[in-house]
Amino acid sequence: MPKSFTVLDLLDLDLKDHNALNLTCKAGRKGLSKAITQPDINRPGLALSGFFDDFNAKRLQLFGNGETAYLRMLSQQNSWAAVDEIFRRNIPCCIFTNNYLPEERFLQLAESNQVPILLTDLNSSDFTVRIIRSLADVFAPQRTIHGVFVEVSGLGVLLSGDSGVGKSEAALELIERGHRLICDDAVDIRCVSGNTLMGKPVNPALGHHLEVRGIGIINIAQLFGVAAIQVQKEIEMVIELEIWDPTKEYERLGTKDQTSEILGVRLPSMKIPVKPGRNIAILIETAVMNHRLKKMGFHSAQQFNQNVIEWLESENARTVYLRKTQENQFQ
Amino acid sequence: MMEMDVTVKNRAGIHARPAGMIVTLANKFGSQIFIEKDNDKINAKSIMGLITLGVLCNTTIKISATGPDEQAAVEALVKLIDNRFEE
Repeated sequence: MPKSFTVLDLLDLDLKDHNALNLTCKAGRKGLSKAITQPDINRPGLALSGFFDDFNAKRLQLFGNGETAYLRMLSQQNSWAAVDEIFRRNIPCCIFTNNYLPEERFLQLAESNQVPILLTDLNSSDFTVRIIRSLADVFAPQRTIHGVFVEVSGLGVLLSGDSGVGKSEAALELIERGHRLICDDAVDIRCVSGNTLMGKPVNPALGHHLEVRGIGIINIAQLFGVAAIQVQKEIEMVIELEIWDPTKEYERLGTKDQTSEILGVRLPSMKIPVKPGRNIAILIETAVMNHRLKKMGFHSAQQFNQNVIEWLESENARTVYLRKTQENQFQ
Repeated sequence: MMEMDVTVKNRAGIHARPAGMIVTLANKFGSQIFIEKDNDKINAKSIMGLITLGVLCNTTIKISATGPDEQAAVEALVKLIDNRFEE
């Protein structure tokens, strides 16, 4: 989560298509620096009628058809006490759906209390879904991790390891082989809905560049085309590259599944030792494919082991059988 | 573990050239070196991470290092930044 997320940040959120909030500010611009501290909305219907017990002032106040109809009635009666009280509760902002422009007096009160009034052309139910989704993303636990994030055969793979181990080179070869780059070096990781990790570039404006020792910084989107890049992706696997250490034991069978933890989410992970002559990109590709097989219920290493056990058992049975028949012949 | 705060004073902040200088210097040390700005912490040995950190003029960053030559590493980096990247 950023240090403070203001109403202005909400207006600046660059969301597209089915995520767009279409917000514009109509009044109370002086209050745009107010912080939004809760990723939730409140329908202030009860407050408008004068009932302020348990009024959730910290949330965004959403005015839908019901609230605006009530406002019209208040306007006819010219009674603004409840509205004034709402503004004085230090709410972050008011949002009107269906592009409803509130009454002049309401705007004046907002202006004097410095509460931003935002309008959207969406209806209340669509807007609620979108704002909750967007705010959940903004308020999600976040971490920046050193690594290269690539999509291999449709699976988001985070390549980690010390600087200079060859992550970028491995990524370059993966791209060459038809896979995709999401970002190099600094990955912004967010934990959404408690168990899913989404990874994207820390700075979208600088994304899709790769630094390769000896060549420098290259632009993947321009070099390999738009098919070679991806904006964001769920992280489903972690592959750690490390310089081959002859004194260390590496996984030989692969019958046990390793995991590593990021933001409290456990992900399947593996260590791949790097040394000259080992083609890391193909190893990563194979590891990913093998992981996909596992997810579909085919565990190569375990099945191999099962076959060996069955074979040994049948051999055992054969020897026992042969010995018995031999014994019978001699009798 | 050794850490020190330093304020970037050159006008353009940490763009590609200063980032290159930091990374080259950091790679001369065996320690793990990190640079922190606000909530973001990146590896000082990786150029893309450093550039994407977006360090502007007059931003204070924290340099931390862990390893055999941590003190020398932090001091050398702070000196480089204090000298405005020899600009």
